Amino acid sequence: MPRARDSRRLIVDPIACSGHGLCAELLPEGIELDDWGYPIIREAAGDPAHAEHLERAVAACPALALRIMDTQ
Amino acid sequence: MSGRLFAGGPARADHLAAYGPLPEPGSRLIDAVARADLRGRGGAAFPAAIKLRAGAEGRRPVVVVNGTEGEPISAKDATLLTWAPHPVLDGAVLAARAVGAREILVVAPAHVRLAAAVAERRDRLDISVVERAPGFVAGEETAVIAHLEGRPGRPRVKPPWPAEHGYHRRATLVQNVDTLALVALIARGEWSDTRLVTLSGAVRNPGVAEARPGVPAADLVEPSEPLRALLVGGYFGGWVKPDERVGPSGAGVVVALGRSACPVAETALLTAWLARESAGQCGPCVHGLGALAGVLARIAAGRPEAEDFGRLTRWTDMVRGRGACAHPDGVARMLASARRVFAAKLEDHAHHGPCTACRAPATLAA
Repeated sequence: MPRARDSRRLIVDPIACSGHGLCAELLPEGIELDDWGYPIIREAAGDPAHAEHLERAVAACPALALRIMDTQ
Repeated sequence: MSGRLFAGGPARADHLAAYGPLPEPGSRLIDAVARADLRGRGGAAFPAAIKLRAGAEGRRPVVVVNGTEGEPISAKDATLLTWAPHPVLDGAVLAARAVGAREILVVAPAHVRLAAAVAERRDRLDISVVERAPGFVAGEETAVIAHLEGRPGRPRVKPPWPAEHGYHRRATLVQNVDTLALVALIARGEWSDTRLVTLSGAVRNPGVAEARPGVPAADLVEPSEPLRALLVGGYFGGWVKPDERVGPSGAGVVVALGRSACPVAETALLTAWLARESAGQCGPCVHGLGALAGVLARIAAGRPEAEDFGRLTRWTDMVRGRGACAHPDGVARMLASARRVFAAKLEDHAHHGPCTACRAPATLAA
């Protein structure tokens, strides 16, 4: 269902996140790090054009702090 | 204390004489609360009817009366529980019946004695009283639930909301003490959009008062000296100039800052205190609020680094929406208001160091 993929959102659990920063390296199009090394998620993170990078970033998080949410 | 909420006093007999028996609207209560457009009085102003509806749809519902009141400059909830416990318990009982709950948990400070009032109730519901957890963020609803379950009183990520997954996974309706007292007034057809406020600072009338709707915060206080500013809505609220006509908001806290106090020193102290009150769980809150407190301390001392004013803007924006709870957002709101109202004073301190008012005792309790 391509429409569902259009509206994916990346969510970070701020309690779980410990600022490793891997996600920003794997998905620079959608994540930048703040001045203390914690991810700021941009809307572009869910862009289907970067779907592969998005999934790799989620899988690589050592704290399991990233989640993809399908929004309607 | 005066006003409609305090008409009865702490004893049940006097309460019944003043208000009459508890009405039995059942689930129709929720529509009445929706029509009154009652917003939560704990600070977040969330519509009470939405929470009631969500609680009614969940599994084995339970009602939590939130009297945690972690904000040191707020006293309305403890005052209500002490002087008018039955209006609060009436509201809790009405809410419990509306959502189908058989159990009520009251969270309150140790100095509030509720045992006598609870023993006087005849509602055939299970009401227990639990001492609150310490700390500014302990009143956030998921923190209250964590505390009730025997864990540290710290917020968690939402969703799931307490109505879906609350106290021991039950549907949990967490409502502020003040909100529930108003629910009982609404059920009796006696509410007129009044608001409990706590006044402090450079005022001749400190304490809790019941404010009529539409009265600006500046008109609620009787200043004891010419005023520089008001902090409206508590530590998460905003600084406003005394001539701005804003009504009380949030948890109803109004602090008057007199001419003898320094707004820069007060804001720096408050920021440092709020940074320490972070639950310490979320990186942007821990690091961001700590960094902002450092900026404010350097500006107040007249030793800012070259980028500090830029950092103040950048980091205030950067911490918003980045925590599991709204703690960083509240600090950001307060700092944005300080920049707007005290812009010249901040510049003065940055260039010339502490002013004569900096030595005055702090107005804020933090």
